[in-house]
Amino acid sequence: MRLPEAEIAAVVKQISGSDVKKCMKCGKCSATCPAYGEMRFHPHQFVTMVARGRVDELLKDETVARCLSCFACVERCPRGVEPANVVAAIRVIAEREQGGSNFVPDEVPGLIEADGEIPQQALVSAFRRYRK
Amino acid sequence: MRRIGVFVCWCGSNIAATVDVAAVVADAKVQPGVVFAQDYQYMCSEAGQNIIKDAIKEHQLTGIVVCSCSPRMHEATFRKAAAAAGLNPYMVEIANVREHCSWIHKDKEAGTEKARVLMRAAVAKVMLNVPLKAGESRVVKRALVIGGGIAGIQTALDIADAGFQVDIVEKNATIGGRMAQLDKTFPTLDCSSCILTPKMVEAKASENIRLITYAEVEEVGGFVGDFKVKIRKKARFVKEDVCTGCGLCMAKCPSKKGLNEFNMGLNNRPAIYIPFAQAIPNVAVIDKTQCIKLNTGKCGLCEKVCTAKAIDYTMQDEFIEEEYGAIVMATGFRPIDASKFDEYSYSTCKDVVTSLELERIMNAAGPTGGVLLRPSDGKHPHSVVFVQCVGSRDVSGRGKPYCSKICCMYTAKHAMLIRDKYPDVDVHVFYIDVRTPGKNFDEFYRRAAEQYDVDYIKGQVGKVWEEDGHLVVRGVDLISNEQVILNADMVVLATAIEPDPTARKVANMLTASIDTNDFITEAHPKLRPVESPTAGIFLSGVCQGPKDIPETVSQAGAAASKVIGLLCKDKLTTNPCVARSDELLCNGCSCCEKVCPYGAISYDTHLINDHGVKETRRVALVNEALCQGCGACTVVCPSGAMDLKGFSNKQIMAEVEAICL
Repeated sequence: MRLPEAEIAAVVKQISGSDVKKCMKCGKCSATCPAYGEMRFHPHQFVTMVARGRVDELLKDETVARCLSCFACVERCPRGVEPANVVAAIRVIAEREQGGSNFVPDEVPGLIEADGEIPQQALVSAFRRYRK
Repeated sequence: MRRIGVFVCWCGSNIAATVDVAAVVADAKVQPGVVFAQDYQYMCSEAGQNIIKDAIKEHQLTGIVVCSCSPRMHEATFRKAAAAAGLNPYMVEIANVREHCSWIHKDKEAGTEKARVLMRAAVAKVMLNVPLKAGESRVVKRALVIGGGIAGIQTALDIADAGFQVDIVEKNATIGGRMAQLDKTFPTLDCSSCILTPKMVEAKASENIRLITYAEVEEVGGFVGDFKVKIRKKARFVKEDVCTGCGLCMAKCPSKKGLNEFNMGLNNRPAIYIPFAQAIPNVAVIDKTQCIKLNTGKCGLCEKVCTAKAIDYTMQDEFIEEEYGAIVMATGFRPIDASKFDEYSYSTCKDVVTSLELERIMNAAGPTGGVLLRPSDGKHPHSVVFVQCVGSRDVSGRGKPYCSKICCMYTAKHAMLIRDKYPDVDVHVFYIDVRTPGKNFDEFYRRAAEQYDVDYIKGQVGKVWEEDGHLVVRGVDLISNEQVILNADMVVLATAIEPDPTARKVANMLTASIDTNDFITEAHPKLRPVESPTAGIFLSGVCQGPKDIPETVSQAGAAASKVIGLLCKDKLTTNPCVARSDELLCNGCSCCEKVCPYGAISYDTHLINDHGVKETRRVALVNEALCQGCGACTVVCPSGAMDLKGFSNKQIMAEVEAICL
């Protein structure tokens, strides 16, 4: 059975290690984000929506995979909120909910050749998590 | 036979919500020596004090314990009440059941137990208290103000106006400080120099004010009313009383590559220079790191051209030793280093400037003569982007956790001035919040947006870079939820401000406490905002916390009134809780003399009658006027000869026992 939305939000906060309450809503994360135009939701929205317990919309959004995990938002956030870690947590939960990884290692070369389908850095960040 | 009274204060709900005051009273009543105990809602109120006074008389109390707030808050109040009822004021003990108990606990049962323990400890102590008599010390009728910016100048003027002598020690070659660098001032847009320079002249002209410029405080000794201060007057290499300020030396000096500090390094100045045209004193100074004569022995051009014969290459630092009754800290601020924020490209792009640099660019006496020009190529800019909160409200470690308070207003001022003078220039301001609490402040900011068409964008800037000869700014507009990319000719960073780096050193010398951001701590953040917890030390201006000019001037006046209040007194009551050495126990080892931070201990060799054995011994002697009662000597004394009146070893041990038993 799926957990209630608010509890999933609590899990996001826990596994991201991010204190979303520290956000002062300056938007520097989104001002910094090089994948801004690629994603439906932007770093500051991830932080605010998780703080309010609204994670369902984020989990349904496939463009979450477009986050480059470049950590520019983490680097420049004046409050130490770490938005990229919130995005990563959402991605992990979305993948778990779908019952497994979206990436099958054997398919990866094909994805890179497809050129532009998936940003290279997103693959790198995915492998960071899947390394055994 | 001791007759102790215990008074338990509720402090409204501050104590009573976490401590069962009735239970503390009941427990007090069964303590040995206690003959009276009562609780009351506000013990510090007149009615509360009357309860204490009446009980002292009615029950012939020989000592009292007040369970209330910190002794720093109301010890003096209760001592005064006791004295009014005929009890020696040093027979009063405070059990701090607010700051040390109710405020820091949530559980009422535990809070009550702790309050009981604190009460018992205070009762145990007061049983051993002895009546003490406060002495008197003198008040030197002269004040020292450290820092010659608007805060220091205003403080000095107000003290001088009351008829007292004041010295201003300023580390730079001129007084004026940061305000002298500003172009216009908000919210009225009057010219900063026009309102500051008359005050500088007034300070110079005042019979009661002595300006000690290009000087720093070197050593501070003594205590409230009687400070002894050593001031280092740095060598100017120009005789202050001879130089006429004609400026001929500046024109002839061949070493012209010094960064002009007054213009924030935007242009150069010669090695011999007058900081700015309205400098006070209007006297040149030689930068000894830059002067060719001082470094190689050759040159000497300024000496040759000086018709007043004011140049002296052999000048040495001088020391001034002076006594003061009160000291005011007015050490001011500086902007933080913007190059820590790589994303704004401050150190790589010339057209990215700080707000203080823009002040100089906009100023008629600045490097561009007041014409807004891009620093990189001297061309007229067509688009200027302001970034607010650069390093303010930043807990990442690169900036400051506090709001710098003045940036919202000066950014609105800059934006408005640019739009007013150059209507063809587009001005954008990225902000997180616009904070404008102050008289006519919000109206001022709205005028910038509504009347002057300044584009305020709610959001921060993530990156600034150079491309094809102009700057590109990537920011976010959180209202429209869009990332914005703007081309700009100039970017202005509203950098956070921090206390001047000399503040820490000065505070240490004055034993004035300092917070984690190096701002000087007030004695009480609300009720004693211009006093340091160290008696006789007062605070004026940004050294206490970020503030604008109107607030600084108000605080300067407040600090001056506190100084005047102190200097008006002929004598001060000294703290009788000072160290005392038992000459029969003293072995003359000098340990106490070495640790005493106040130089209050000396040695005397004289004949001592030790239980019938007469011999000459070297023993410690405490100067009660110098001793501040810190107790360091009592800790190091190996023979137990040194003891602190009012805090004797016996009393402390009695407290510990009461807590442990």
